[in-house]
Amino acid sequence: MASATTTSLETTTEAAQSRGLWSDVWSRFKHNPIALTGFYVVAVFVFMALGADFIANDKPYYTEYQGKSYFPIFRSYLVGAKLGQWPAELLNVDYQKLEGAKSIFPPIPHRPSNINLLAPLEPPSGRHWFGTDKLGRDVMAGMVHGSRVSLSIGFVAVGIAVVIGVALGSIAGYFGGWIDLAVSRLFEVMLSIPTFFLLITIAALLPPSIFLTMFIIGATSWVGIARFTRNEFLKIRNLDYVTAAIALGVSDRKVMFKHILPNALAPVIVSVVLGIAGAILVESSLSFLGIGVPAELVTWGSILHEASTTTYAWWLAVFPGFAIFITVLAYYLVGEGLREVLDPRLRGLR
Amino acid sequence: MAGYILQRLALMVPTFLGITLIVFLIVRLAPGDPAELRAAGGLGAAGGGGISVDRKSAVDAAMSQWRAQYGLDKPLHVQYGIWLKNIFTLSFGESFKDNQPVWGKIAERLPVTLKLNFWSLLVVYAVAIPLGIYSATHENSLADRTTTLIAFILFAVPLVWAATMSLVFLCGGDFYYLFPPGGLESLDAAETWSWWRRFSDQAWHLFLPVVLLSYDGFAGLSRYMRAGMLEVLRQDYVQVARAKGLGEGIVVFKHVLRNSLIPQVTLLASILPGLIGGSVIIETIFSIPGLGQLGFESVLSRDYPTVLALLTVSSILTLIGILISDLLLAAVDPRIAFGRRAQ
Repeated sequence: MASATTTSLETTTEAAQSRGLWSDVWSRFKHNPIALTGFYVVAVFVFMALGADFIANDKPYYTEYQGKSYFPIFRSYLVGAKLGQWPAELLNVDYQKLEGAKSIFPPIPHRPSNINLLAPLEPPSGRHWFGTDKLGRDVMAGMVHGSRVSLSIGFVAVGIAVVIGVALGSIAGYFGGWIDLAVSRLFEVMLSIPTFFLLITIAALLPPSIFLTMFIIGATSWVGIARFTRNEFLKIRNLDYVTAAIALGVSDRKVMFKHILPNALAPVIVSVVLGIAGAILVESSLSFLGIGVPAELVTWGSILHEASTTTYAWWLAVFPGFAIFITVLAYYLVGEGLREVLDPRLRGLR
Repeated sequence: MAGYILQRLALMVPTFLGITLIVFLIVRLAPGDPAELRAAGGLGAAGGGGISVDRKSAVDAAMSQWRAQYGLDKPLHVQYGIWLKNIFTLSFGESFKDNQPVWGKIAERLPVTLKLNFWSLLVVYAVAIPLGIYSATHENSLADRTTTLIAFILFAVPLVWAATMSLVFLCGGDFYYLFPPGGLESLDAAETWSWWRRFSDQAWHLFLPVVLLSYDGFAGLSRYMRAGMLEVLRQDYVQVARAKGLGEGIVVFKHVLRNSLIPQVTLLASILPGLIGGSVIIETIFSIPGLGQLGFESVLSRDYPTVLALLTVSSILTLIGILISDLLLAAVDPRIAFGRRAQ
């Protein structure tokens, strides 16, 4: 009877306490207005990247031409997926100059690939809010579409870094001994080689491609995550519940990834968020130097590069750089907010 | 302590081998045959593209002769061994671009980069440490909140943006002409100038590159410094020092500062690689003839021997930096050396 009461007591307290790590994190995170602002800024950039075609496009959402209605942006997706074709009268037309057509255009009626050699380096105006570059391309359209490169590089590169870092870090921290010693040498090697120089070397030796760039950034930036994971594993490995699991005969792999990793994840998450910001910074530096990303692709860094060669075109410097800055700052704010929420030592300080 | 030093030195050997192996493999296994690249003058084009058959066979003969001369026809592990042996005598081979010895090129540009990085490091510490001390001793004051916020924001400013903005707005162009857009000294600088004129001319040229290279470092370091000071300020012995009637100045500068300064010195090891990476961007933008610019140019022209040498030299410098900061930390904090031995 007595034991039954304690059990039921235990279960009720447990139910009251364990809301699950992530809902707990979110409910704490919500109360930090600065970190929340960062989170919303990131969300805005994600939506901008996903909906770039609907924000900056020379095709209208809707057009009425010769008595028929069309949805050119949507149709361009169909054509791209080989599910449909352009009607003959709309094939390769300039919708702005289509006579007798009624169209609803996106807020930025340009595509970053639209070259207009008659209007190079125009300062910001009603027609081009952020001006145009050397080839007369609209800078704002370039930035909207360039956000895709920044965001996807941030996420994919860090995804790769997490896989490598968590794997190596958990192996080193879990097994310890000479394995730890050997893997730690590898960390030291990666720490000693100047990452950025290594990065431009590899990126310049390989053909330019976004996917290769993502992979290279990921493959050179895992050390921080790996060290965090290792340190957490070293700490948790000696806890009683892990010893108990091992004594029960649970396999190494299961102990590592099912029992230790979820508890080691919290500090790693922070370095992951900061890592995304780092990857975005690195990508902008790479495309600033003209390495890694194909030359015809407009990215925030490539617009900045133009600014450094045509110094009177201030709009090429101000806007894309500010976009990188705001994105990176937003990720830092989210990272700091998460650190405060996740670090048990900081709990209760606020 | 001696045991700890020996242990650290012994552990450096595999790390050193690892660095050279990774660097060597990355550069050697990249697509493109070094011999063909050299035949094409290191421009990245295929050697015998559109020339007549007998000229092509001559080029082929020259290429195989050159391969034999530089040992490129040997298996990869033998090449690695030879290259590794040559590192110790600083013979990194000849540049593909102009056939000059690579070490000579590096030695020529090293002082420029060292000068740039020396001043940047100086600025980093000269700004960060007083700022950190002030912030920590005036915790949660308006000044503390402002500097912490500014440091946080500065840390997020991309170097390429800061550099481009200063180039556009401060270095001629259509706006202000406060600083020169590049170079290390004025074109008409002469030996006959008084030392003060030369000094101020160089300072004028170095100002922007040094500020740009260091803002990221002092923003980060001042936050570490503040956190470190705060941690020590909360220790019991600080309370004791105050309780026995020591002045606040002595408590802060003698008791707290000494203890919180140590970890900051060791951060040197993590700032150094960043400075080397930053040099690539800054030296390229401001056309400063240092190692960073040499590295970028060699990478673009696929000058393998130079790239290899630069990667190796900068990695070894960083490795030595890490070693020194580890030993420094062990020297001031005996627990570290003891702890390692106990394991």
